[in-house]
Amino acid sequence: MDAHIQIRNLNAHYGSGHALKDVNLDIPKHQITVIMGPSGCGKTTLLKSINRFLELYDDAHLTGEVLIDGEDIYAPTVDVTEIRKKTGLLAQRPYPLPMSIYDNVAYGLRIHGICRRGRSLDQKVQHYLEVAGLWEEVKDRLHAPATGLSIGQQQRLCLARGLAIEPEIILGDEPTSALDPISAQNIEKRLMDLKGQYTIVLVTHILRQAKRLADYVVFMYLGEVVEHGLAHEVFEHPQQERTRAYLEGQF
Amino acid sequence: MNKRLVENIFKGLMLFSFALVAGSLAFIMLVILVKGLPALTLEMLITTPKGGFYMGKEGGILNAIVGSLYLAIGATLLSIIFSLPLSLYLQTYARRSAWANVVRLALDVLWGIPSIVYGAFGFTLMLAIGLRASLLGGIITLTLLEIPIMTRAMDEVLRMAPPDLEQASFALGSTRLETSWKVVIRQMLPGIITAILLAFGRAIGDAASVLFTAGYTDRMPTSLLRPVASLPLAVFFQLGTPFPEVQQRAYASALVLTVIVLIISLGSRWLAGRLSKYTIK
Repeated sequence: MDAHIQIRNLNAHYGSGHALKDVNLDIPKHQITVIMGPSGCGKTTLLKSINRFLELYDDAHLTGEVLIDGEDIYAPTVDVTEIRKKTGLLAQRPYPLPMSIYDNVAYGLRIHGICRRGRSLDQKVQHYLEVAGLWEEVKDRLHAPATGLSIGQQQRLCLARGLAIEPEIILGDEPTSALDPISAQNIEKRLMDLKGQYTIVLVTHILRQAKRLADYVVFMYLGEVVEHGLAHEVFEHPQQERTRAYLEGQF
Repeated sequence: MNKRLVENIFKGLMLFSFALVAGSLAFIMLVILVKGLPALTLEMLITTPKGGFYMGKEGGILNAIVGSLYLAIGATLLSIIFSLPLSLYLQTYARRSAWANVVRLALDVLWGIPSIVYGAFGFTLMLAIGLRASLLGGIITLTLLEIPIMTRAMDEVLRMAPPDLEQASFALGSTRLETSWKVVIRQMLPGIITAILLAFGRAIGDAASVLFTAGYTDRMPTSLLRPVASLPLAVFFQLGTPFPEVQQRAYASALVLTVIVLIISLGSRWLAGRLSKYTIK
């Protein structure tokens, strides 16, 4: 297996709470890895350790290593904005930036100097809106406020915005949980389309969604990785008692 | 039964407070309208005081209107230059640290200092650098008066910025500066404009701090280094004369001051409304 993200002896604390316990994990390249488990098991914490979001919380404390392409992202010489540029994030609730639909996508292109203005910017914005499956719906109102979109459209806008910074990895923190079923399906379809080019790490508590999307699954419970492996193996032949119980709906 | 009684008592108290505030405002407006409106003529708005103006002869307060606008707009623009970065620093970098709280405490104390003290301080400062009572002196003193108000008001506004919005920006690889400057300010613009207005209103209405530092003159302001008239002092001087017609003009001047503040408030609210088209609700 070609590991894109390697997590080594990762421990996370919030104040006195121990949120991640000795996590060791290899996340395969260009596949969908689904992290599942009951709420409070540390799924989101694990996800946020990959784009260095934990350090935004004053009481969070982390030890261990997270390597992307073999490089420790917590090394003191690493620029945090470079890490976040490599890792697009789809949050639980879409949060557009307070600007137009166009500028939401152009924002990342501009701040990273990928593209600043003119036709090439227009083309890139269109391209990422198309990839996110939003172009047809917004092409006539690109300069309207992003808040005028439905919540499902906003999530696809956030996807386009995230893809525009040319990441290698897409992190999804229950990205469909605030959406209606049709919009959720739409996002799932996009993620399936994208997995050839991006490494996707998805947190979900919806078992059926995990089964639909996962190539590789990680099952967490109370801050520990209980079991991980190829999706069909874990779903069909779970090795651990706790995984089996979870899959049978006992948590 | 008892609960309902307590609830009604509190409702009554709230209604009373509201009536007190609204009533005071209405009463003030009524007084300056009734006493000032008859004396308010076009001449008053477009001419400067002529000889004997303070004894009831002809002339107007254009010098004070223009002077007050110069003073307050100048001081407000200068204050923005200091207050906006300071409040962004407090919210983005210093946050809830002990140091940030010391800065906040200092600003709160400065907010509470009577404006006459700013006047005296500004005057001492001007003596030290050899500046006489002038437009520049007034602007500097009013800027000192405005900075704590504007900074703390902006600080409170920026504190309300949704953390999810900041995270959305960070997730795209923005630095803290890009997040503040390109995302948070846009989102909080209506509140920031309110903070600027609050400080502006305080500056344009203040008499004590410009008394020594800006001085007073019957001429139109033409130089940063010359004394300049202001509306609060125009009210003060006219009200201090023994002539009823001049006192009436004092009320008319107060009315002009109130209307200026009203126009600027409404204007900036309209502007804020237009600028907040993209705000995430």
